[in-house]
Amino acid sequence: MAQFLQVLLSGLATGSIYALAAVGFSLVWQAAQAVNFAQGEFVMLPAFLVLIGEHWLHWPLWAALLFGFALSILLLGLAFKRLIVQPFGPDGGLPLVIATMALSILLKEAVKTFYGAEAEPFPSLLPNGTFHVGGAVVSVRDVLNLLAALAVVLLLTLFLDRTKTGRQMQAAAQNPGVAEILGVDVARMTLYAFLLNAALAAVASFLITPVYLAKFSNGESLGIVAFIAAIIGGFNRIRGALVGGLLIGVLDNLTATYVTLSYRAALPLVLLIAVILWRPQGLLGDEEARIV
Amino acid sequence: MRGHREAIGVAVVVAALIVAPLGQGNYIAYLLCSWLMLAIAAMGLNLTLGYAGRISLAQASFIGIGAYATSIVTLAHYPWVLGMAVGVVLCFVVGLLLGFPALRVRGHYLAFVTLAFNSLFFLVARNEDWLTGGTYGLSGMPRPRIGPVSTSGQLAFYYFTLAVALLAAVVLRLIVRSPWGRAFKALRENEVRAESLGLDVRRLTLLAFAIGSAYGGLAGAIEAPLVQYIDPGSFDVVQSLSLLLMVVVGGLGEFWGPVLGSAVAVLLPEALRVTAAYYLMLYAIAVILLMTRCPGGLIGLARRIAARPARRRGAAVS
Amino acid sequence: MTSPHLSVRGVFKRFGPVVAVNDVSFDVAHGEILGLIGPNGSGKSTLFNCILGQTAPDAGSVEVDGRRVTGSRACDLSLLGVGRTFQQLAVFPGLSVLDNIIFAAQEHRGGMLGRLFMRPDAGLTEEADRMIEFFRLGAVRNKLAGDISYGQRKLVDAAMAFMAGPRLVLLDEPAGGVNPTMLAELRERLLTYNREHGTTFVVIEHNMDFVMSLCGRIMALAEGRIIADGTPEEVRAEQTVIDSYLGG
Ligand SMILES: Nc1ncnc2c1ncn2[C@@H]1O[C@H](COP(=O)(O)OP(=O)(O)OP(=O)(O)O)[C@@H](O)[C@H]1O
Ligand SMILES: [Mg+2]
Repeated sequence: MAQFLQVLLSGLATGSIYALAAVGFSLVWQAAQAVNFAQGEFVMLPAFLVLIGEHWLHWPLWAALLFGFALSILLLGLAFKRLIVQPFGPDGGLPLVIATMALSILLKEAVKTFYGAEAEPFPSLLPNGTFHVGGAVVSVRDVLNLLAALAVVLLLTLFLDRTKTGRQMQAAAQNPGVAEILGVDVARMTLYAFLLNAALAAVASFLITPVYLAKFSNGESLGIVAFIAAIIGGFNRIRGALVGGLLIGVLDNLTATYVTLSYRAALPLVLLIAVILWRPQGLLGDEEARIV
Repeated sequence: MRGHREAIGVAVVVAALIVAPLGQGNYIAYLLCSWLMLAIAAMGLNLTLGYAGRISLAQASFIGIGAYATSIVTLAHYPWVLGMAVGVVLCFVVGLLLGFPALRVRGHYLAFVTLAFNSLFFLVARNEDWLTGGTYGLSGMPRPRIGPVSTSGQLAFYYFTLAVALLAAVVLRLIVRSPWGRAFKALRENEVRAESLGLDVRRLTLLAFAIGSAYGGLAGAIEAPLVQYIDPGSFDVVQSLSLLLMVVVGGLGEFWGPVLGSAVAVLLPEALRVTAAYYLMLYAIAVILLMTRCPGGLIGLARRIAARPARRRGAAVS
Repeated sequence: MTSPHLSVRGVFKRFGPVVAVNDVSFDVAHGEILGLIGPNGSGKSTLFNCILGQTAPDAGSVEVDGRRVTGSRACDLSLLGVGRTFQQLAVFPGLSVLDNIIFAAQEHRGGMLGRLFMRPDAGLTEEADRMIEFFRLGAVRNKLAGDISYGQRKLVDAAMAFMAGPRLVLLDEPAGGVNPTMLAELRERLLTYNREHGTTFVVIEHNMDFVMSLCGRIMALAEGRIIADGTPEEVRAEQTVIDSYLGG
């Protein structure tokens, strides 16, 4: 039981970080019908921007973090939208997908070439250490990771549901034509979605990199997990992506502990195939939201 | 007229390919072999995606299935032809099965299903040591022997690869030139209409996957004796994505597209003498630009350039 | 000749709360030209889709030549000699006009495997050229179907429906978006084809002049039900039909 609790919690902790990437992925999908195959690299890169601030520019950590965050939003939000997605027009289709695949190669190779191919330690922003709950050893970092990620998603949901801008963003994503007529600045709302995605990716990056070290290839598996979480949750809904991310984190940990270590990565994949074939609208989505 | 020009072009290229490695080192022959090997796999993907319009991000796993089958059979001292046949048939059958999801979902969803399949294949290859050698992989595969002739020399193996690739191209050419080719395109353009005109959409979709995958298997049957070492990492999702890029860069649904696309990915960096890392970055930027300007790929671009002066001439006349 | 060519019995189809086709039954005799009219959303296209295997009806049965085809796939119906056009234009834009028309018949030639070893055109070029001539498409024969005018595409669409020599053809708004001159021509083509081949037609059409002058019998649909069935004169005089259009 104690072990189960431990496994569950650390699963939730990683899962919540997957969820951040998945939520961002869904936002961009909703706003621009763009499937971003570089999403994993979007989570890999911000950590390296921080490392650049720290090691190349010799800035203190807080400045480096700020620098990394700002640059991420500029590159992965603004530049991504303007230079990669926008030229394809409203329905990018396969060419846009190919372009994001190329972008993922570009980001990976750029980091490998200009920063290095070795795994780099990344400063932990959260205290290490453990505490005991009923026999279970709980990592403080896990708990704080989970809380931080949940807080971010909660804030995002509040923003989307309660503020005027948030509601305009939703309107722009659901029906750009009608939103435009009602006076919503659709182009601006789309841009916000991209900026938010970049911010979420940066937060995910800062939370997950201390656990796994910073490496140029980190995005390969992360990107796939983000897709899986988003699709399982229903592709175009925020809460779905959150649940999808948590579910994968937990399942992954449970399989690794109780079933098989060597095939731990198989379960999410099988789940993905099953969901796509039998419930393409996602576990939480409803029939109308189906977009095949 | 156009057919003639194409025939002459092909003859010139084949002649060039025959003399290309002469007087060069083993490395050049090896490089040409890997290009032809990838071209075969990309041709198969082009049938599935370019002609039939069904995306697959699993082509690398079919190269893997072909390569493992060939390795296992030849390491057990059976002839290469048997290993190749086992690999190709296996890929045909597995490809057929992978086609079933394509009957239900399209586009991004199909991309993710096939991508997940590729990841699962990778896990199996890594974990089933008894069959695949796990992370250590398999090595020491013998090169095929044709009658009394051994292809263990790099040059001999190159000609062997060239012959296989040409044969594969001819067969594919016959397929896409037959009424099947038109049916594949009709399937891509408008499935509902095609079915209302009598096309058995289900069977043709499955065949598009099966044949495309079998080409992946054939490529694997070349890769095993070429590299003489295979491990799961050679057949992961990244490899599938890079095959997809080759097909798209060359030109989707263009018969020679995959040959050109794989040349750009494999041969061009050598010709330009830039290091792999820089080349990959330039390549990625070029792909993004190409996609925004000309989604039809390099052959589409060439067609557009060829058509432009003609239109101007036409305008001058009228 | 007593048995009907097409027999529809009690077909019912709902989409969520909307009942698109509500217990529709009718027969069409061999060689008849039946017009199907009704306001937008009255269920005409859905009825076609139910007959042709594109949509599974919730209830009811469809027979072609006394043979039950409910639940058959569209491709099987095509092989039984039933052709159709779609309301939304359905040509293959990336194929040439000639290829579009050849494709329309090639799947009826031999078996699937046999077709792999046929000549590229499956021996259909001559026949396709006759069809191209019949529909006056000679000028665009080798152009991509995506590059020709809307009206021309409409004709290609119709030509495809006839290419395989069907004995029953269902046309969904063949006149929509076609200019008046071409319209008269289209009507002539259809009547000629019907005379020469004895082909049975069911035609959905909003253009009343067109449908009244083409069809020997007309059926009116409103909210998924048949509200009138008779000669053009009878249907034209029917008050419920006028009401259904006016009432929307
Ligand atoms: N795939 C579908 N899903 C949900 N509702 C549908 C679908 N197809 C049709 N409907 C609904 O069924 C009803 C009948 O539609 P249908 O297209 O058959 O009408 P129609 O008579 O062909 O109209 P029109 O003259 O405009 O072509 C409409 O209310 C339509 O909204
Ligand atoms: Mg209709």
